[in-house]
Amino acid sequence: MESLFFVLGIVPGLVNGLWVTLQISTVSFALGIVLAAILAPLRIFAPEPIPLIVRGYVEAFRGTPLLVQLLLIYFGLPSLGVKLDAYSACILALGLNSAAYQAEIFRGAMKSIPETQFLAAESLGFSQGQTYRYVVLPQALRVAAPALANELITLVKESSLASVIGVVELTRRGEYLVAYTFRALEVYVAVALIYLVVCTLASQAVKQLESMFKIPGYEKVVA
Amino acid sequence: MNNLLLKVEGLKAGYDGLEVLRGVDLGLSRGEKVVVMGPSGSGKSTLLKCIVRLVEPWSGRIFLDGEEVTGREVDLRKVRAKTGFVFQQYNLFPHMTVIKNLSLPLEVVKRMPRSEAERRAMNMLKAFGLEEFADKYPLQLSGGQQQRVAIARALVMDPVLLLLDEPTSALDPELRREVLDTLFEVARQGRSMLIVTHELDFAEAAADRLVLMDDGLVVEEGDPWELLHTPKSDRARRFLVKIARSAQSVA
Repeated sequence: MESLFFVLGIVPGLVNGLWVTLQISTVSFALGIVLAAILAPLRIFAPEPIPLIVRGYVEAFRGTPLLVQLLLIYFGLPSLGVKLDAYSACILALGLNSAAYQAEIFRGAMKSIPETQFLAAESLGFSQGQTYRYVVLPQALRVAAPALANELITLVKESSLASVIGVVELTRRGEYLVAYTFRALEVYVAVALIYLVVCTLASQAVKQLESMFKIPGYEKVVA
Repeated sequence: MNNLLLKVEGLKAGYDGLEVLRGVDLGLSRGEKVVVMGPSGSGKSTLLKCIVRLVEPWSGRIFLDGEEVTGREVDLRKVRAKTGFVFQQYNLFPHMTVIKNLSLPLEVVKRMPRSEAERRAMNMLKAFGLEEFADKYPLQLSGGQQQRVAIARALVMDPVLLLLDEPTSALDPELRREVLDTLFEVARQGRSMLIVTHELDFAEAAADRLVLMDDGLVVEEGDPWELLHTPKSDRARRFLVKIARSAQSVA
């Protein structure tokens, strides 16, 4: 019982950290989605060697640990003259990393748009850019939505790595509290629960969005 | 020559090294309605797609409305905006309402203000009795309704030539009728049409000329009625027997 009161008592302090966690994850998600929306079509449509370069980027970011990328950006880049504060370094690392994953999600979604949709748009006189913007992207986004939602949830959790370079987000707040109270079990349970609630709410919200943007009549065809 | 809207000379094309068109010559005058028939794999659909370069020709030349489509300097978007293409599988944009399917190309390709584009789109839908579907999404409609919308979408761009690639082949027999009625109506408006179809009714009653293709070549062409009833070549005769049979089996 005492533990419960203790946990309830520390929640307000942790919520300050949650706010930073949400900022980091949403901003880096947005950075990732914008980059991915550029990278994916480049990989599919651009002339060589651009697709190869994009592929290299994706492989590099998927094939190395996010923590290493974060350390590289925060501690490594200054030797090249690029000095970022911990908060920006964290957003950059998460954003670039997420862009690699999101680009792959987009690429898959775009490949699922039937060739005939491209033909229809081209036959009407759409340019490649217009075809992408009006025909491919809106449909691909709907296909990609569930996977993108997973990516956002992953980011919320991965943003805890920011604590390593000193960003005071949710996990780091927890560490402070542990150092102060010596009650690691209760504090980290509280931290974990807050992550759980946020991630559950996020996945619910995405489900709502999906049903709002679903294409009427589509389920008939898929079924 | 001036009256010739479309001229195809020695057109060769194919896929993955397989030659599908083996030197096709074809002409179409302004206002003319030409039906192309032939067994599957004869290259009809490829011919249509080559005209707007949805398939790249290997060799040969294509002229449309006084401009060489196969020319190096050609603006493909302009050529395509001048033609309307109707596909076998309708190919409407499923994430847009019916009216948006018609108005968006006007906005994007013809740079028309939205209100004007929507007005024109609505008028076109009304002309084909499709106005009740304006706010529906394509996949909420039957195949026949979708194909009629696709025809309306091609026409709303006011093309100089309408290309139709087996517009009724994907449809159940009972839905074919409504699309055929629409096609007859378009034909009556005096529009230039090049249509690949097995619909004998349409060929006989609405077409000015019938072209029979086989194995990547034009084997015979002429007045539809004459060609259908007194074909000159054996190939044409065999083919006509075949489609007459398949037409009976669906009817």
